[in-house]
Amino acid sequence: MSEEFKVEIVNPEKSFLVKDDVSEVVVPAFEGEMGILKDHISIISFLKPGIIKILSKSGDENYYVEDGIVEFKNNNLSILTSTIFNLADMDKSKQQDLLKQAEEEANKTDINDQSKYLADQKVEVLKTLN
Amino acid sequence: MASLDDLKKRIASVKSTQKITKAMKMVAAAKLRRAQESAEKGRPYSEKMNNVILNLSNGISDKENAPKLLSGTGQEKTHLCVVMTSDRGLCGGFNSNIIKKAKSYFAKILDEGKELKIITVGSKGNDSLKRVYGDKIIENISFKESKNANYFDADKVGKMVIEKFEAGEFDVCIIFYNQFKNVITQIPQAQQIIPLNNEEEENSSEESYEFEPDEDEILSNLLPKNISTQIFKAMLENSASEQGSRMSAMDNATRNAGEMVDKLTIEYNRSRQAAITKELIEIISGAESL
Repeated sequence: MSEEFKVEIVNPEKSFLVKDDVSEVVVPAFEGEMGILKDHISIISFLKPGIIKILSKSGDENYYVEDGIVEFKNNNLSILTSTIFNLADMDKSKQQDLLKQAEEEANKTDINDQSKYLADQKVEVLKTLN
Repeated sequence: MASLDDLKKRIASVKSTQKITKAMKMVAAAKLRRAQESAEKGRPYSEKMNNVILNLSNGISDKENAPKLLSGTGQEKTHLCVVMTSDRGLCGGFNSNIIKKAKSYFAKILDEGKELKIITVGSKGNDSLKRVYGDKIIENISFKESKNANYFDADKVGKMVIEKFEAGEFDVCIIFYNQFKNVITQIPQAQQIIPLNNEEEENSSEESYEFEPDEDEILSNLLPKNISTQIFKAMLENSASEQGSRMSAMDNATRNAGEMVDKLTIEYNRSRQAAITKELIEIISGAESL
């Protein structure tokens, strides 16, 4: 039996990515990174800013996300997100732009703790990319 | 009867109008294709979102303490209506259909003695609603700058709605938009987004999920997103409907202009012929009297 399952990433504009030969996905869930293999129990969780790693036969892919929801059911992994970038397509200037935005957000004083935490996360993740 | 010169001018002017409507129809057709595509592409997201929420609300343990966005404030005194229209005219019955639907709803609400607040999205809706319901409009948003419906605009509206909800400014929120069925049919819709109308599909797979963190936290994170998603969906449907409606309206206009040109041409030829005949008679009778 193969150890592969299907992953689908959708953003509001379109279906971003569909892949059905995935062996493992690592998602930055809210309470820590979570690796998902085939026959994982059904789960719903949401994402914090981080990197989605998709490991498959046809090669590994990395995506940067800022938020989202993951749902895993019957060996179908759906990731709903509003902001997603393929790291391979992302050049330095784009990263810098995002980092600058995130830093501005993190330095705002009038935001609540949770958005502050998320903004800090963004800055941290983006810094490690550079 | 109009003089020959007048007729000539009218024919020319109708012809140039026809050219404009024809061009607008072409543009609308091209835009329609793109709008329709993005409306179709956007569907999986909102469907999946709905699914997840449905699963979640089925799995929620403590219905009493469910987030207010899901269960409502427990009363329905103040209604917030988000009326989504286009920024441009010349699109047939598109805007008036939405407004008609909205107005009949407003009348119902006010009859029941409830309070009404209106947010208009798109300038056309604002233009026609402010005459009657001007004092009820609390906000007017327009996305003239952005070419296509995009999620960030929808998110802006969504965040504003949620802010107002949390401030306790309203109890029920309804969005009005046109659902795109096909080029000639667009159905005006009234969709309630707060509190969430779950049409209890009890048969939806009663599978138990693992939640991380717990349901309540996920729900309170998810529901605001769902509002934005629903608004975005409405925006996509609306833009497809707008282009479709414009296309068929402009098609009709082009055809009518063609008919008018034909009629005017016949009239022109007739009066030209009549003038010639008159002149001939004058010459002949002049020659006979000699």
